[in-house]
Parts: sequence; C-alpha cells; structure tokens
Amino acid sequence: MVEVKRKKTTFRDIVNKIGFPTIFIGGFWILLLIAGGALGISVITLLSDTIKRAGMNGILVLAMVPSIQSGTGPNFALPVGVVCGLFALVCSIEFGFTGWAWLFVSIAFAIPLATLVGYLYGRLLNAVKGSEMTIATYTGFSIVAAMCLAWLMIPFQSPNMGWFIGKGLRETIQLDAIGGAHILSNFLRFSLFGEKGFITINGESGIIIPTGMLLIFFICCIIVWLYFRSKSGIAISAGGINPKFAQSSGINIDRCRIKANVLSTILGAIGIIVYSQGYGYAQLYTAPLMMAFAAVAAVLIGGASASRAKVSHVIIGVLIYQGLFTTALPVANQLFEGTDLSEILRMVIQNGIILYALTQVKGGDN
Amino acid sequence: MNNENISERLNTSKVSTWLADNIVSLIFVAFTIFGFLVSDGVTMNFFLTELSSRFFRNAFLVLSLIIPVVAGLGLNFGIVVGAMAGQIALAIVLYFGWGGLNGLLLTMLIALPIATLFGYLTGILYNKTRGQEMIASLMVGYFANGLYQFLFLFVVGVIIKVPNTHPMIKPDGIGVRMTVDMGAYDKGGLKYALDKIWEIPFMWAILAVFAAILLLQIWKIIRNKKNPSLYRYNMTMTVLNIILSLVMIVISLYAITTNSSLMMVRKVPVVTGLLIVALCIFNELILKTKLGQDFRSVGQSQHIAEVSGINVDKTRIIATIMSTVFAAWGQIMYLQNMGTLNTYGAHMQIGLFSVAALLVGGASTQRAGVKHAIWGTLLFNSMFIMSPEIGLSLFGNALLGEYFRTFMVYGVIGLALGLHVWRTNKKGKVTLN
Repeated sequence: MVEVKRKKTTFRDIVNKIGFPTIFIGGFWILLLIAGGALGISVITLLSDTIKRAGMNGILVLAMVPSIQSGTGPNFALPVGVVCGLFALVCSIEFGFTGWAWLFVSIAFAIPLATLVGYLYGRLLNAVKGSEMTIATYTGFSIVAAMCLAWLMIPFQSPNMGWFIGKGLRETIQLDAIGGAHILSNFLRFSLFGEKGFITINGESGIIIPTGMLLIFFICCIIVWLYFRSKSGIAISAGGINPKFAQSSGINIDRCRIKANVLSTILGAIGIIVYSQGYGYAQLYTAPLMMAFAAVAAVLIGGASASRAKVSHVIIGVLIYQGLFTTALPVANQLFEGTDLSEILRMVIQNGIILYALTQVKGGDN
Repeated sequence: MNNENISERLNTSKVSTWLADNIVSLIFVAFTIFGFLVSDGVTMNFFLTELSSRFFRNAFLVLSLIIPVVAGLGLNFGIVVGAMAGQIALAIVLYFGWGGLNGLLLTMLIALPIATLFGYLTGILYNKTRGQEMIASLMVGYFANGLYQFLFLFVVGVIIKVPNTHPMIKPDGIGVRMTVDMGAYDKGGLKYALDKIWEIPFMWAILAVFAAILLLQIWKIIRNKKNPSLYRYNMTMTVLNIILSLVMIVISLYAITTNSSLMMVRKVPVVTGLLIVALCIFNELILKTKLGQDFRSVGQSQHIAEVSGINVDKTRIIATIMSTVFAAWGQIMYLQNMGTLNTYGAHMQIGLFSVAALLVGGASTQRAGVKHAIWGTLLFNSMFIMSPEIGLSLFGNALLGEYFRTFMVYGVIGLALGLHVWRTNKKGKVTLN
C-alpha cells in the first residue's frame, strides 16, 4: 500500500502543485543567472539588486491578494491606490516634513485617503459585476490621466517639488532633498558576503539586505495573512469562491468585495510610498499607468490564478519576476550589444502570463 | 419593444433612457461647442480642414471594430495586432523601395495573409478567454507589441542579415529605425499614394454626400409605400434627415457659387472616401448574408447558436480575422496619409482611440453600427482638435489640454463600458424579479 502511494507523486503532480508558469519562469531565471555568471557578471550584485527590487515592489504585488480572493479578479485598478499614495506623499512634502516624519505622515495620510477612495471604487465594482477586470483597467487609466491634470493644477508651494519655471509639480521628485530617499532601505541595513566576512553592518558590497524595507513588506504580508484567517477575511474568500453559496449562508457579498478592495487600495498606497523611498524618486504623471500589469504578472508568476491567490504566491512571484528582469538586462546587453532585448522579454513575459491566466478563467456570461 | 418594456418596469421615462443611451455623445458635443465659445484662435476653416483629414485617416480603423461587436466579442482592442500586420507589410514594401499606387496595393496584398494569420491566432485566444475578451484583447495588444519589437529590433539584423547602409536600418545594422520616411508620391514614394489619386474641394464633397443621403431617404419613402410591413421605418427620422440634407446642400451650393472662405478648406481624397463608404456598405450587407446572421446569433447567445447548429468557435474566429484584416488595411491608409512610419509607436494607440471613437458615437459592447462609427469618428476627433485650444485659452497651458485629452480617451471608455454593464445588470435584476 505504501508503495502505491509513493508512486502517485509523479513529476506531473509536483508540476501541478507548484504551477507550470512558476517552474517555467523560475527555471528561466536560474538559467539566466548561470549564464550571467558564465559571462562574468557578478551574480552577487544581481542577487542584491533582485532583493532590493523585490522589496520595493512587494507591497504593490501584495495588493493583488485581497481583490483576487474577493472574486473581483486581479486589481487592474492598482493605479487608484498608487495615486492615493503619491498624493499623500506629495502633501507630506508640501507641509514640510522630512526624514522619518515624512514617511510616517505620508503613510498615515495615505491610509484614510485610500480607504475612502477604495470604498468608492468597491461600490463601482459592485455595480459592474461580470466585467470587473476591463472596467478596473480603465478606471485605473482614467484616474492616472485625471491626476495628471491635478499635479499640474494644484498650487503646491514647496520648492522641492515644483518645476523651476512655471506651475505644477515635477515629473520626478527627488526624495534626497527631504531626507526620504532609501530611508527604510537603509534602516538596519547589512550585507552578506561583503568585504568584511559573512555579515557587514551597513555594508556597501556583497548582497545588500535592505532590512527596513523587507521588514515592512513582511509585516504587511503577515497582516494580510492573518486577516484572511479572521472571520471577515474568510467571508471574503468564501464570497470569491462561490458567491451564491456564500450569499445563502448569510454573507453580504457586496460588503465583502468593498472591504477587499479597500484593503487592496490601501496596500497600493503604502506600496508606492515604500517603492518611492527605495527608488529615491517619486514618479508622478503617467508613471503609474502601467504599474498594475507588472504587479498582476508577478502574483500570477508566483502561482496565483485570476480567482485564487495566497501570500506565498506574492513572495515567490515578486522574487522571480524582479529577479528575472534584473538579471535579463545585463545578460542580454552582454550577449547582444545594442539591442533592447530585456525590455522586449519583459513585455512578452509580463503580458503573456496575464493572457495565460485569462485563458484559465472559467465561465463567461453566455 | 424590449427596451420599452424594461423602461416601463424601471419606471423611467423615455427621455432619461435616451439620455443614458447617448450621454457620452452629448458630453462630446457640449465639449466641442464649449471649445468654439472659449477659444477665438480656431477658425471654421482650420477646424474643418483638421477634422476632414483626421476623419479620412481614422474612419476605416473605427469601422473595422463593428463586426466583432456584432459577433458578441465586444470591443476588439486587438485591432492593434492588425495594425502591426499592416506595418510589417509596409516595412517589407518600403525596404524593397516599391512605391506609388502599385506599391500601396502590393502592401495591402502582403498585409492580407499576415493579418489573416494574426486574426486567426487572436480568434483562438478569444475563444479560450470567453467572457473576458475585452481585457484579453487589450493584453494581446501589449503582448504582440513585445513580439513586434522582437521582430523589428532583433530579428531584422541579427537573424535576417540586412545591409546597414539601407536608409531604413539603424547605423549599426541591427533593427529598423524609429521613423522611416515613406517618400513623396510624385517621387515614387508611398505618401499620399491613395489620397492624391483624385481630390475634390471640400464643399463639393459635402454636396455629393448630402445629395446621396437625400436620394437614400427618398428611396426609403418609396420603398415603404410599396411594402409598408417589410422594413423598419421611422417617419420623423426620415423627415429630419431630409431637412438636414437640404440645409447642407443649400449651404454648400451657396459656398460654391459665392466662392466663400469655406472653399479654402483642404481638398478631400475621393478614393479614400470611397473605400470608407465601401466598408460601410460591406458592414451593412454582410449582416444580410448567412455568415452575418451567424454573427448575430452568436452575438445574441452562444448557447442557442450552438444548439441551432452554428459552429460558434469558427464564426467568432472569422469575425476576428475580418476585423484584423480591415484594421491592417486601415492602418496602411492611415500611414500613407501621415507619410512617415513611426515604427514603434504608430500602432500603439490605435486600439484605444478607435474604441473610444466608436463609443463616443453611441455604440456599446453589444450594439454597434456604421452610424456610430462615422458619427463617433467625427465627434471624437473634434474633441481632439479642440482640447489643446481650450487648455491654451482657459489656462494658458496647452500641455493641460494634452493631459485632458488623454483623460477624455480613458474616461470615455471607462464611462461608456461602466454605464453599459451597470444598466445591463440592472435590467437583469428587473427581469429576474
């Protein structure tokens, strides 16, 4: 009997368990890493960059989990949360906060703002059941375009943000000037395999671990993980799996969907603040336009589908996705000089994985 | 019939239903009129010149969206893929230096098999993403753009060896340049190869179009007298159309005889116009064939169509192929008017703008016709011409107008789609109750 059981776990089972896209793209990343090492590119630097970029994008990808679980599909309207976060960030600069105060005020202001906007967005999604993904995409696009007007017209005064001539905010705001650049990344930073042995505090070489940034990412992960084990979170998941069944067991689906999207919007807002400090610049105007697709692709690569996602998918997905493209850039440049192969690769993989996930969505309205 | 019943049940008046149906068009009409009121820099001449050249550039592309809507695929953002097929064909023709009208026809001929293949592949994809075709069509555009760049930036040069002395190829011999000049028509190039065949003054074109509409209306009246029960017929609309045509005919005759400033509007390309009319007629006529009826029944309900023996998957693929091929030709017509091939940018916005134009004309994801496409192209492009002017005159900043324009494009698609789904859901609830 035992032998029969052991036979059952075939190679195919393992593939199904982890998910074909994860294995395929993860394998591709490792292949590229090996190729990079063979070409003489420092693998340590590649890994270091990967961790940095995974930390920057982590919370944005995490924002996909609540909305997928609630049944509204991946949050293609991530830009809605992102502009909330950017607005809070910009206001915080305008009121003259610097350093840690700037970070906390930004986040503290972003949360209520994102809650309000997320609530309205959730109401919208409830009105357009059945076509959430398409409508969400265009809601995101519209908000970004509307905010382009706002960035240009709101009379901000802070000299750290305006154009040197004329009105409106700059396209990229340097966070150096207010002491906000890398503020989380540098918190308790250390490096592995650096110049001074295994661990160097505040090291500059080796695999740099941006402890503060990773910490806040993991805290968010744990909060989301715990939330989906609470009564309210389980109700959201139940509504996502089978709306009719959940409805008849007394769950208010519409409220659950709103809750999930509020959470997703808040995570988007916090995510962009963390992203901006890690990058060192806050990017306004059309920069958030396409952010949703990268985040959706990352969570899908991690093994999520358009209707089920877990926190573990986020962590795996963001590592592989960011790892692949930080690695692909130098490797492709080395192999084929003068071509933009890594950007092409990003487009094909990012959009291909979303298409693949869409083909797995069951049903349709007919 | 159905609509009336529902509006009765919803306790809404006919007026508010009509308003909800046409809200997007109304916003655009109001916006354009507002633009004329606030900006004094825009003369009628400038406006009409811009509008007519934009119309002849874009109408074909917008019309290519109709068949997928009828077949129930929704708004096909995937015409971007068709546009890419057109550009690939164009690049081949430009590379070998063929030009003139023959060159253009050859481009369209080469584009046909490429677009058919692309359409077939996207059609299969839509069949696999049933119910999510619209977001899938948007994503397939982005996805295909990656492959397109791979072809033009990498395959050309690394895999297919090309001489780096060729004016189309980048100096390092890998990849096609960002912009490729198509050469003037009279020097054997492709620019205006279609437009310059035959041009007539703008007002003559107006005269001809409205005379045709007048004749059509009269024909309708006669037809209705003979066989009143056979055709849908709306007396008020016909009378209104006749009055409108008469007014426009009088205006154009007046302008022609007095040689007023309206005669200075740029001349109109007749052949391009005829091709647009041909596609309009094609879109109408195909609905009367077996295939067109299949499109319709698949669009109404895939399940019922399947049960009544229609091959649903195949029908949907054919609809996608048609749309893709027309989009490829539309893009070629667009580019011969522009005169330069913007290799990596020309196709990017096509899907977005065409869909927005169709929606502005009053179409929805389930209902679209020639009328919506033509009216929408006119209105949408009016907005496009006016917004920088409004930005400039109200805020002293043309950039603001540009951003506003982008906002209108996305907003219009979001609003029209959202309103449509919302109303369908509401109707669904009413019928359930």
